[in-house]
Amino acid sequence: MATFLDLKNISKRFGGVQALTDVDLSLEAGEVHCLVGENGSGKSTLIKIISGVQPPEAGGTITIEGRSYTQLNPVESTRAGIQVIYQDLSLFPNLTVAENIAVGQHLGGFRSVDWTTIRKIAEAAMARINVYFDLDAKVEDLSIANRQLVAICRAMAADAKLVIMDEPTASLTRHEVDALLSLVRELKKKNICIVFVSHRLDEVLEVAERVTVLRDGKKVGTYDAKDVNDKKLAVLMTGKEFSYDLKETDLKSRKTVLSVKNLSRKGDFKNISFDLREGEILGITGLLGSGRTELALSLFGMNPPDEGEITLNDKPLALKSNREAIDNGIAYVSEDRLTLGLVLEQPIAANATVTILDKLKGAMGLIPLNAREATVDRWVKDLSIKVSNTANPVKTLSGGNQQRVVLAKWMATTPRVLILDSPTVGVDILAKDGIYEIVRGLAQKGVAVIMISDEIPEVLYHSHRILVMRNGRLTGEFEPHRSSEDQLRIAVNA
Amino acid sequence: MSHEPAYLSKGPDAALVRLIKGLTHDVTNRRLIILLVALVAVFGLLIGERFFSQATVQSMAFQLPELGILSLAMMITLVSGGLNLAIISTANLCALTMAYIMTSHVPGAEGFMWAGWQIIAIFAGLAVAAVIGLLNGFVIAYLGVSPILTTLGTMTMVKGIAIGMTRGNVLSGLPEPIVFIGNGTVYGIPTAMLVFAAVASPIAIMLGRTPTGAATYMIGSNEKATRYSGIDTKRVILRVYLISSLLAAVAGLVMMARFNSANASYAESYLLVTILAAVLGGVDPMGGFGKIAGLVLSLIILQVISSAFNLLNFSQFLTLAIWGTILVAVMAVPNIRKRLGFAD
Amino acid sequence: MHESRADLFQRLKRRHEFWLASVIAILVIFLSVATQGFLTLQNFFDLLTSYAFLGILAAGLLVVLISGGIDISFTATASIAQYITMLLANKYGLDWFSVFALAILVGVLLGAINAILIDRLQISSIIVSIATLNIFYGLLVFVTGGKYIYSLPSWFGKGIYWFEYVDADEISYGLNLQILALLVMFTITWLLLNRTNIGRQIYALGGNREAAQRLGFNVFRLNILVYCYMGLTAGVASLIQAQLAQSVAPTVLVGKELDVLAAVVLGGASLAGGVGTVLGTVLGLALLAIMQNGLILIGVSSYWSQFFVGLVILLSVSATALSARRKRKGNLVE
Repeated sequence: MATFLDLKNISKRFGGVQALTDVDLSLEAGEVHCLVGENGSGKSTLIKIISGVQPPEAGGTITIEGRSYTQLNPVESTRAGIQVIYQDLSLFPNLTVAENIAVGQHLGGFRSVDWTTIRKIAEAAMARINVYFDLDAKVEDLSIANRQLVAICRAMAADAKLVIMDEPTASLTRHEVDALLSLVRELKKKNICIVFVSHRLDEVLEVAERVTVLRDGKKVGTYDAKDVNDKKLAVLMTGKEFSYDLKETDLKSRKTVLSVKNLSRKGDFKNISFDLREGEILGITGLLGSGRTELALSLFGMNPPDEGEITLNDKPLALKSNREAIDNGIAYVSEDRLTLGLVLEQPIAANATVTILDKLKGAMGLIPLNAREATVDRWVKDLSIKVSNTANPVKTLSGGNQQRVVLAKWMATTPRVLILDSPTVGVDILAKDGIYEIVRGLAQKGVAVIMISDEIPEVLYHSHRILVMRNGRLTGEFEPHRSSEDQLRIAVNA
Repeated sequence: MSHEPAYLSKGPDAALVRLIKGLTHDVTNRRLIILLVALVAVFGLLIGERFFSQATVQSMAFQLPELGILSLAMMITLVSGGLNLAIISTANLCALTMAYIMTSHVPGAEGFMWAGWQIIAIFAGLAVAAVIGLLNGFVIAYLGVSPILTTLGTMTMVKGIAIGMTRGNVLSGLPEPIVFIGNGTVYGIPTAMLVFAAVASPIAIMLGRTPTGAATYMIGSNEKATRYSGIDTKRVILRVYLISSLLAAVAGLVMMARFNSANASYAESYLLVTILAAVLGGVDPMGGFGKIAGLVLSLIILQVISSAFNLLNFSQFLTLAIWGTILVAVMAVPNIRKRLGFAD
Repeated sequence: MHESRADLFQRLKRRHEFWLASVIAILVIFLSVATQGFLTLQNFFDLLTSYAFLGILAAGLLVVLISGGIDISFTATASIAQYITMLLANKYGLDWFSVFALAILVGVLLGAINAILIDRLQISSIIVSIATLNIFYGLLVFVTGGKYIYSLPSWFGKGIYWFEYVDADEISYGLNLQILALLVMFTITWLLLNRTNIGRQIYALGGNREAAQRLGFNVFRLNILVYCYMGLTAGVASLIQAQLAQSVAPTVLVGKELDVLAAVVLGGASLAGGVGTVLGTVLGLALLAIMQNGLILIGVSSYWSQFFVGLVILLSVSATALSARRKRKGNLVE
């Protein structure tokens, strides 16, 4: 196979931060290559350099099909056949499928639009990967998976020889992921090089040939995909060995806190029944679209069920709002920390106390001057959140610390039931352990925890009991010390 | 953690320290204070003693409240991530309602009925404002229409009602106590200024110290995340537009009192100036940020320019131009600093 | 093509323009039956003439809204363009071509100021245009002292008429300067938005600014173009307004900016950018014009017309929001 792209000694500094140090990377034509690394490991900087958005420091070379550059600009990069499909897909929702695919026709100086050519280009691009969409459909009316296909068509229309996909599977259902992976195999046959940038390692390893690991801006190494698995990659990415031992925990004697019976909601989930005991961590795992988040929202009063009952401490609950849920001691950590979990622009102190504003009220309905700060200081200490000033916007914190602020704002409500929906998304492997530790601590104090996640190891190693959810139903129950990752994976994907 | 002990201690000294700290620890306020001092110095040199005379200061205090109260009404909606274009038309319709009752029902002779009808008139004005505010709030919060479109509609509709009812005529000749609100003084302080202080302080407390205020800031940045935190964001938004409308009614009262008349299209040129004043005072036009202290500073700056230009016999239209220039300049400062490589 | 009639109807039903056109059709039928004066050629031409100023500005504002920005300084821009042009025309006796060239030049220059402030200083467009509205307007009235220009060059005062027709009451009407300018500006705007790559870039920019940047669109150039185009329309609109009013008054145009915004928004343009069509804007404007005209014809005092305009805006934006919400709910289920 011929080398398509060869990077040598690529470094990049942002102000005082060394984002990349002497990274070498070579990509073969027709290869599927995986680029992995923690947040801040330099993955996105490397992509920006390849796509010409950022120049590297002097001393590095970029060689594309034998031609060397010291740096690229976006136009050169595109002309050389490099296409990046960002996680947000960079499509224009208000334009048609045809225009989005053939958007390259719109670039450049003032001229009239040739609609016939645009349609031809779009049709040809769709034919190359065997998909068909209505050319006049607006992209905003397509599903996420179909939008992704449109983005791939756009790369095809631009004669891509290298397609870089940034977290392509993050918001796809398992079925859609399979379709994407088989498409990737097709592209490979056409001698196109595909680079996956992903954190869902197990999926990507199914199609990748080689894996390059980055850590702290340096290349750890490039490995044959056959020689690694996700556990080994985690060690390479973090430089730390992880081991969990699974013990049986007997919680039978504990009191039942939450009891769900035959809970159904049309289109979301059906006949959900389970009991949750004091101090128990109950893992619920299922794919995107299995109804897991909808179930969580129903328990949190934001998605009223059609049928069935929820009992909390032997009292039936009919929640009309999440406020009622909170007042009854139910807390919900959303899977979408950046838009639902936190108000990123606002101060840490404001975020951590937003759930208990009414409780802080003192004389004449006013919040005492230092009440919010004092509350926050306590949680900063308890959860060891690394904060220089609680008046800073919460967006100035790292992912792990942000998630601790989310936990703080819910712990402030002294919940009896804590629902965690994908609690470690976008959190580094090292910081994940800190979150698990907090959750374990809470359980030891008697809080009943529901941990929803599609990461099998997360539920396997950190819960007392695991329920599998599929197509809106609970389809299996597992005890961690008697189960393996593979068993669970089969149950989830069946 | 940077909580200074003085910040938290009690007593009048501490309150003063807190005020100064509160004013200066905020970057925008620091900038505004520097600007104000510079303006006062320049105008002082240009105009001389006359600029600092009691008459000048008092006339400033007479003029500021009108724009001030309207800007408050605009500001709280901006903080919540919205906008209220209907404040001027609300102020006018409320003023007309009050003026109508006062000119038609208040008996000539002073007495119980005389006072009673005036109070009824004021409450009637506030009631009209409440209806408009609830309509705005309902359409924005519960129907999910964007604030700019909603209030563009209600602005036109409310003004339409005012014109339709009055056929564009002026209602004038108000009772003595009402005129006093606009033109009288208490211990040398214009009554209108006292009204401004009387509405600005509770709003400051509301924004800074109550759950509703805290929620308003959060909603201004991210309504959805705030809702997920257990806050009834729709009710808060409804409340914000209700308060904004009531403030507009108070502004209408002050305007009516100052002109001794009411009309459907008074003060229309103030509409966009209120946004200018709020943004100059550090209110983020995208929502989530802004304090009363900054707004007050901004109002003082605008008033100082206006009064000084008046003394210098410059046209009031030049004042408008300078206001606009200052807004652009103040907004540009952080970007220019960033370009020059300063950390803010 | 092979679309069945039901499909076509489904597609139409989702278009904002379809609903607007339906409302207008009902209004037109009702007014034609109920009143004498509505369905006459003269009324039609009168309406076009008197709404041309608003319409031309609406075309410019539509382009700005599609790009994801907003401009409310255009009334001040128009006032300045009008004043400078007529001042010079009186002094140097210009001709049609040069007055339009001059007014457009002034408009474009002031538009460029907006674009530069918005793009280079990264201040939101609404704040910039509020500031420049005050700056432009304040300086104009300061410099001119607010004085009207009553005497316009006689050739300008006479205007342009094609197909002039004098009816029995000796009232003349026909294709005049206002109507011509309105048609030309709507046509140019439509061509720009639908037939040039720059127009499509403007839609794309409004739809997803970040993606546009990533794909290598020249965002600065687009901003310059959009705000200068707004200035251009302000220049053209200012002259036909001066011709109609037979005078130039520096203080009468400012204050109409929100009326123009209302027309464009009624036409379905979104303040969030990326959405809006020339047809929609024409229909939005037509709805406002026909409604106000109709109210007077059926004997409602003109004092109440503004109330109805407000009511229609409020109902229209609420209906749009409700149907968008229903659409979203539908998506959730599938």
